[in-house]
Amino acid sequence: MAIAFKQETFRDDFSYRNSPENIRRFPFPFDRDEYMYSVNMEPHVKGQKGTVFESLIDVDEHYIAEMHDRALVLKEDPLRYQALPHMMTAQWDTLELLMEEQAAGYPEHFTLIRNGDQWRWINRPLGIDDTFTFGDRATLPYEPLEYITRQAQGDFCIVDQRDGNLWMDAGMVTTQADWSLDFDIGMNFMEWHGPVPLAHQMGVFERALKFLLNLQQGKPTRRFNWTMTINPRLDTSPENYPKWGPDRATVTPENVGDKVHLRVEVQTLWRLPRSNAILFVIRCYLMNMNELVTVPKWARRFPRVLRTLPPELIDYKGLTRYRETTMDWLSKYDDGAPTSPGTFPD
Amino acid sequence: MSGGTEIPVRVTKVTMVADRIKRFRFERLDGRPMPYFSGGAHVIVSMNDNGHVRRNAYSLMSPPYDCSAYEISVLHVEDSRGGSSFMHEKVREGDEMRVSHPVNLFHPDWRGRKHLLIAGGIGITPFIAMMEQFSREGAHFELHYAIRTRDRGAYCEDLVASYGPHRVKIYCDAENNRIPVARLVDGQPLGTHLYVCGPTGMIDGVLKAGLEAGWPQQNLHCERFLSTPPGKPFTVKLTRTGKTIHVGHHESMLEAIEAAGVDAPYLCRGGACGQCETRVTACEGKLLHNDIYLSDEEKAAGQKVMLCVSRFEGAALHLDL
Amino acid sequence: MLVEGIKSRPVYRGLTIQPRARRHIFALEGEGAHALLDRKTELDETARSRSEILYLGRGSQGKGHDEALRKLGADMFFTAPTIATLLFRLKGTLATAHMGTRLYIAGTEGFIGQAMIVALDNGMDHASIITEHRGSLARRVQCVHCKGITEDVTHSPFACSHCSLPLLVRDHYSRRLGAFQGVNVDAEEPGSAPDPEELFL
Repeated sequence: MAIAFKQETFRDDFSYRNSPENIRRFPFPFDRDEYMYSVNMEPHVKGQKGTVFESLIDVDEHYIAEMHDRALVLKEDPLRYQALPHMMTAQWDTLELLMEEQAAGYPEHFTLIRNGDQWRWINRPLGIDDTFTFGDRATLPYEPLEYITRQAQGDFCIVDQRDGNLWMDAGMVTTQADWSLDFDIGMNFMEWHGPVPLAHQMGVFERALKFLLNLQQGKPTRRFNWTMTINPRLDTSPENYPKWGPDRATVTPENVGDKVHLRVEVQTLWRLPRSNAILFVIRCYLMNMNELVTVPKWARRFPRVLRTLPPELIDYKGLTRYRETTMDWLSKYDDGAPTSPGTFPD
Repeated sequence: MSGGTEIPVRVTKVTMVADRIKRFRFERLDGRPMPYFSGGAHVIVSMNDNGHVRRNAYSLMSPPYDCSAYEISVLHVEDSRGGSSFMHEKVREGDEMRVSHPVNLFHPDWRGRKHLLIAGGIGITPFIAMMEQFSREGAHFELHYAIRTRDRGAYCEDLVASYGPHRVKIYCDAENNRIPVARLVDGQPLGTHLYVCGPTGMIDGVLKAGLEAGWPQQNLHCERFLSTPPGKPFTVKLTRTGKTIHVGHHESMLEAIEAAGVDAPYLCRGGACGQCETRVTACEGKLLHNDIYLSDEEKAAGQKVMLCVSRFEGAALHLDL
Repeated sequence: MLVEGIKSRPVYRGLTIQPRARRHIFALEGEGAHALLDRKTELDETARSRSEILYLGRGSQGKGHDEALRKLGADMFFTAPTIATLLFRLKGTLATAHMGTRLYIAGTEGFIGQAMIVALDNGMDHASIITEHRGSLARRVQCVHCKGITEDVTHSPFACSHCSLPLLVRDHYSRRLGAFQGVNVDAEEPGSAPDPEELFL
């Protein structure tokens, strides 16, 4: 069935909203009433209809608007896309993966026709119909990674594997939760996770790295991450912190429902075939508190999770200024009733 | 299946390429394309020898961008535990087998300004796929390939013909030609990466020559395929499944555990990747660690063991499986 | 002592002479000269004949080591007037170098970072480069907003020397930029920046 794409903004008048159907498919990440830190990796396999796992690369009603926002970010700051020179094979791997998965999941919107190295890519929502030679970068208007990630929701990092570590050597990062590709490019797994509190001491990253080094072709994996954002702003980069930082001081009991957003990242990791690199997809989903409380289970659970967050994480996620106000507002919707197991709505 | 999804294939061609070396071509039963792979990758080939399943790792040597089939070359090793004998004596064109998805533990460092490849004997196979990829990507490379005799050296003429004598150099033992390793490692441009695959003695010698010429270890790469050395039979108790497993003389612990119907994790089956790391819950006796994954401290601590290549001597071994 | 526990910051392990190297290149800034002079007994005749020393006199304790370094009897000795000229010379040396050449860098963290970039650009792996921190703890900081780099930062917060925003120095280091990250400290409430503290001296 064709997706009804919305016209909306992630800046200025912030007209982004979720339709009722889109709220029900939101990847709510908490499976219990308290906060728990874990590696939480699970196989990335197709899930039920009506969830974000319906296809392995999810396309939703915000597709066109998100791609428009990405283009605006890149016009202001082209360094949000970067790839080190040795990553060209991995770029082509990524282009193939995203084209194949989008075409497989949404044949009414995307078509890929392969004839040897001659490929034709049709992207109907964005009005693109390009023919190019796979492996020949001169036949595309951008480098292959930039070309395809201007047409795919989420941030994308390609990590190279060598010397028993993973190295962030290429990426398209415009919808990030306060980290800079320009600064982190070239770092290894431990280095780019350097600023994350608590997890290093818990050995979380060592276990995760060990797991990822043996990630197998054809067996992608996924995990959740989350934070909160004031206003539906995709580009919460450190580069633009002076633009979005002041928003955090604008939350009042009256505007919590509209302004405060739960920001969930579904991170999927894929071993790439020709380069042996790993593609890291960080797909961001935003939902404001008014939308969240339309699902009674989430309305009860989310304030309970917020209450049990360790102080280091409140600080790291930047929630200090508005966590209390948000919990107070949400408590109206928490009658103390028990919640059912799992993350999905009842 | 803990080792990854297996692909059912048919053996569509068996070619004798040199004395004791056969090449096997595998095509998918379902007619779909094989997954692409990266140069240096291997697959695990499952062999069903009258109900006894043996799994061996072989480097892929077909072009990485050709997904019509996978090809491997197998050297017949007389005193092996039987994998190569099975491939040479039992496998015929038309047979059905299973291969794993490709896994690469010997990937080139794509930052390399130049790639210096050193092969001995059957160690040539990962380099054949690597050179296809280097050549397609326009990377700068050079192969030095040592063989015992002309009739036992596989692919010599093909490689010289494909890449030219300036990039492929053959050294024949019987003709008193040796790879001048010390001279080779001296004078390579900064940013060169060296890769060696071949007999253990050769690998050790080349790595040593590199270090002695002042190379940093970050630029020296090798692939050692370990096979489980035969040893005394022993018994292992699996505490979670409650099974007691007997490991025979020519069998690996992993094979014996699989034969008992327990799904144990694995990837390389050669002691290199760490996937089959298993916790030791009790050990009265001596663990014979044969892997290259655990550090010396970890081996001495005796709390972990690699099922694929390690063995045990003593009264009792309990594993968390 | 440098603050420990910053995961992205390189570990400067000290100038250990690699006895098998075919060529030793020493890039020394200011007090970094001591890192080599303290180990002169490790430099035997062979090592000296294979050495090239590039030196920049800088800082209160880091000037005037030319004579002492020259006396080591290296194959080549070069005194640079500035970091830029030293790096230019280093580039030239590495451009024609062979495997077996080992690079040693000693001095302030900002200098190590910049010399490291030259080495990476010439195909060397960062883990193969031998480094020692000597001298000031001042940091080289990149403003994440305007991307401008400010040298010798001793205080946090400090004003970016390019865009003037008050920046907090984050404990996050980029090897590719050879710099720590500076982030606007009062973005959420402009004008609320705390007083600068002298943290890196």
